[in-house]
Amino acid sequence: MLAGAALILTLVIVLVSLSFRRGDSADTKADGDGVRQVRVWIVGLGLVFPMTVLAALLAYGLFIGERLLPRAADDVARVGAEGRLSAWTFTYEDAPGRRTEGMLHIPAGRPVDVAITTVDVIHSFWVPRLAGKLDAIPGRVNVLRIEADAPGRYEGVSAEFSGVGYDGFTFTVTAHDPSEWDAFLRGNPE
Amino acid sequence: MNALERHRKLTAIWASEPGFRGWFSTVNHNDLGRMFLVTSFFFFIIGGLLAMLIRVQLATPHSAFAGPEIYNQIFTMHGTIMMFLFAIPTFEGLAIYLLPKILGTRDLAFPRLTAYGFWCYAFGGTMMLTAMVFGIAPDGGWFMYPPLTGAIHSPGINTDFWLIGITFVEISAIAAAVEITVSILKFRAPGMSLDKMPIFAWYALITALMILTGFPPLILGSILLEVERAFGFPFFQVELGGDSLLWQHLFWLFGHPEVYIIFLPAAGVISTVLPVMCRTTLLGYGWIVASAVALAFLSFGLWVHHMFTTGIPHMGLAFFSAASTLVAVPTGVQIFAWIGTMWKGRPELRLPMLHLLGFFFTFVIGGLTGVMVAVVPFDWQAHDTAFITAHLHYVLFGGFVFPIFAGVYYWLPHVTGRKRFFHLGEFAFALVFLGFHVTFLAMHWVGLLGQRRRISTYAPEDGWTAINLISSVGSFVLAIGIGMILIDVVLHALTATRGRRNPWGAGTLEWAMMTPAPAYNFASLPHVTGREPLTLLPDLATALARGEGYLGEPRHGWRETLTVDIASGKPDMHVLYPANTRLPILMSAVTGVFFVSLLLKFYWTIPVAVVGVAYLAWRWAWVLGRTDDPQVRPVGHGVELPDAAATDRPPGWWGSVFLLTANATFFGSLLFGFAFLWTIAPGWPPPRWFAASPVWLGAGIIGAVLSPVSMRLAIRTNRRGGGPVPGVVLSLAGTAALGLTCAAMMLGTPPPAEHAYNATLFVLGSYGLFHATLAMLMTVFLAARVLRGFTSAVRRAEFAIVGLWIDYACITGVLILLAGHLPTLLS
Repeated sequence: MLAGAALILTLVIVLVSLSFRRGDSADTKADGDGVRQVRVWIVGLGLVFPMTVLAALLAYGLFIGERLLPRAADDVARVGAEGRLSAWTFTYEDAPGRRTEGMLHIPAGRPVDVAITTVDVIHSFWVPRLAGKLDAIPGRVNVLRIEADAPGRYEGVSAEFSGVGYDGFTFTVTAHDPSEWDAFLRGNPE
Repeated sequence: MNALERHRKLTAIWASEPGFRGWFSTVNHNDLGRMFLVTSFFFFIIGGLLAMLIRVQLATPHSAFAGPEIYNQIFTMHGTIMMFLFAIPTFEGLAIYLLPKILGTRDLAFPRLTAYGFWCYAFGGTMMLTAMVFGIAPDGGWFMYPPLTGAIHSPGINTDFWLIGITFVEISAIAAAVEITVSILKFRAPGMSLDKMPIFAWYALITALMILTGFPPLILGSILLEVERAFGFPFFQVELGGDSLLWQHLFWLFGHPEVYIIFLPAAGVISTVLPVMCRTTLLGYGWIVASAVALAFLSFGLWVHHMFTTGIPHMGLAFFSAASTLVAVPTGVQIFAWIGTMWKGRPELRLPMLHLLGFFFTFVIGGLTGVMVAVVPFDWQAHDTAFITAHLHYVLFGGFVFPIFAGVYYWLPHVTGRKRFFHLGEFAFALVFLGFHVTFLAMHWVGLLGQRRRISTYAPEDGWTAINLISSVGSFVLAIGIGMILIDVVLHALTATRGRRNPWGAGTLEWAMMTPAPAYNFASLPHVTGREPLTLLPDLATALARGEGYLGEPRHGWRETLTVDIASGKPDMHVLYPANTRLPILMSAVTGVFFVSLLLKFYWTIPVAVVGVAYLAWRWAWVLGRTDDPQVRPVGHGVELPDAAATDRPPGWWGSVFLLTANATFFGSLLFGFAFLWTIAPGWPPPRWFAASPVWLGAGIIGAVLSPVSMRLAIRTNRRGGGPVPGVVLSLAGTAALGLTCAAMMLGTPPPAEHAYNATLFVLGSYGLFHATLAMLMTVFLAARVLRGFTSAVRRAEFAIVGLWIDYACITGVLILLAGHLPTLLS
């Protein structure tokens, strides 16, 4: 996407710069009715060119977006993330009653659905290395699919402005290998 | 009479009072346009200083410069000031100053309304500055999402300043938009048909129509949130049937068109200035108008792209993602039409052209990053990071500030009548260009590294230190550049030498007058035969000064002009303007009392202010008009026109049409909110329903039918020379019945603080009651005018205007009654 954008920007700069050439554009100046100019500039570059590029980009974006949606699968782990000023509390479907604050534990190598809720204002759950962000809206449950390929720690932030205390409103996701994950669910986190 | 005598006589008629006293009583667009622009650039400086404070705070990690409480106020006020107190008023000021000149007429449609709008802007802006001085400025971010901005999480007065102050300022946007629309459609030089209209007027027309349909959702949202904060009506509280997402929909339903409301006037400046800088004409005039219209329509269909991360289903996102990318097409048409124009002509690197090149480079980058964030998965990462901040600055600075600077330098000789002496501008441009790109390219980068927007500080471990420091250094270079531009402009206005008329060799009518522009613009009005009248007739200015056009003879001390048929540009009415008056400043001061009373919760002064506004509005309309039948008046060149009061479609009627368009959008947004809460909000159905009554419903509908029917009867009787009073009284009775049923609905609703359903019904009822009362007041006014002899079979214009407001009150009243009664009656 960046390369494409750079290419289009270069095209515009080149076209603008070339307009400052002198003398050798007698043919275009003589073209009094401007029909050819309208065809080249407006229909060609103004309509056809962006429509082609945008249609391709849109299709690509929707394809990727569909792939990122939570799909039904056998091994999905389900957790809950509840935002409040200024901390996240996490719950686990496989370990009812278990609550952790500021630290979300997930199994590595398995898809995880995070059910995102809030008890006060709007927050946003964002672990940049695992997925895009999704908002926590009062009265709603939004489900985000994340997946950590390898065990380890992943930093997360709350990404919707929530007043004083927003700066330090962060959390951590720890992805475990299967044996550690079992141990965590049984009640000994490390 | 020679040209000089004519100039003296016209100046005596049109000039404002001498000295600073004139500022308070002027209704002339020349004065008010300049006052708007000076005030808006004052706010630009304030907003810029706040931006400097933000960059100081973020320059180093763990900065101790400002704590989050202050920092949150700073960035909220930076966004708010730049959007509402700089960008929109700059468009208004530019349009108010330029339009009558470009359109070849003497003033805008409603001179007193121009002044009222200016003072509402000035007073509302002062309110916001006061909040800042006392450290109680809004701090919830410029889009003010509840529940963060609700009474529980923001108990202070800060948020109220935003909701009330900005609504006060929005009065000026709506007033200017009505004014601009009617002026462009009706107040043009004879012969200027729509296809001969200068391109700037097209852009201004489209922008004004967008303001009329884009701002009402925001005004509604602000009112609902303020009512929730003050009286506990739970529109945005999910436990009581409200929904915080309703605010986001209403806000972005305004907020996205807002971006184009800011960009389109700038595009109008580009389309005007660029061809002159290239010594040619604009390529693809029709295409550009069509693409600006397309942009306006599309921009109302993509507000949801600000809400990609709120959990809306992916198919819904797909639609809005497609619409968001599609909006790049009409933008592309315009960009390439401009580049084609440059190829067609011989571009010269004069100062306005430099800023236009700055525009091309910056805006294209902003557009490309805009396409990126329109792609949903990318936005899920980039949303609410510094990448978005950088993107929107590329769009707004590239798409607004650079073109406006080009326009400032282009029209500066017109405003001052001087030519540039100090060549500070070129160096200043280089600093601005360099400073801007260093600041915001860096910001893209740090956003992609994960820096969230609106954080007040960060840690050294985050690895953002160097980039933020570079960004801050760039921003100071940018600030110095802008400071130099302002100094350059001030020096120019104070010290430069006299310049010649039309220094750029432009073809539009604003250059066919002496500079600085006289208060009356044109000593006589031109007859327009092409898009560039000055290219066709280079001596037009002298001919007009000699009085060879229309209305060349000053008479009776009248401020007179004429209006034209919308499409063809054939003259159709003779219009007399009101003269200087302090009524506008007085009325906006009393309007200010209303808003300040709300803010400080001095509820006992509110009725006083309401009665005061009503009284002044009565005076406003009363002082116009005459008690003898006007003759058809000659306007020169053998053309005779009827007085506006002796027509069915006077300027006031057109103004009412567009004001009611905005009002209908407001009402539509309210109904949308009702339907949204009903179907989407989690806390429904409500515990109790409104006790609907078929009797009340029937009475209201009968009243709503009786009122417009009897008003039509009164209009017909009046035309035939009969007495209209019985019809007027009957109409009054009908409106009163409608108002009573709306009041009954408000009283019959369960307590509004209990559930959003009750609250919405209460607001709907008060909307109906307000408009019925307004229609009754206007009907009583009309009756008084009839009795005092201000109307006759010929002087019928006021009937048409009052009839329009009655129709509106009755149509919306019926819809309100149905929305309240039908659901319970049917179930």
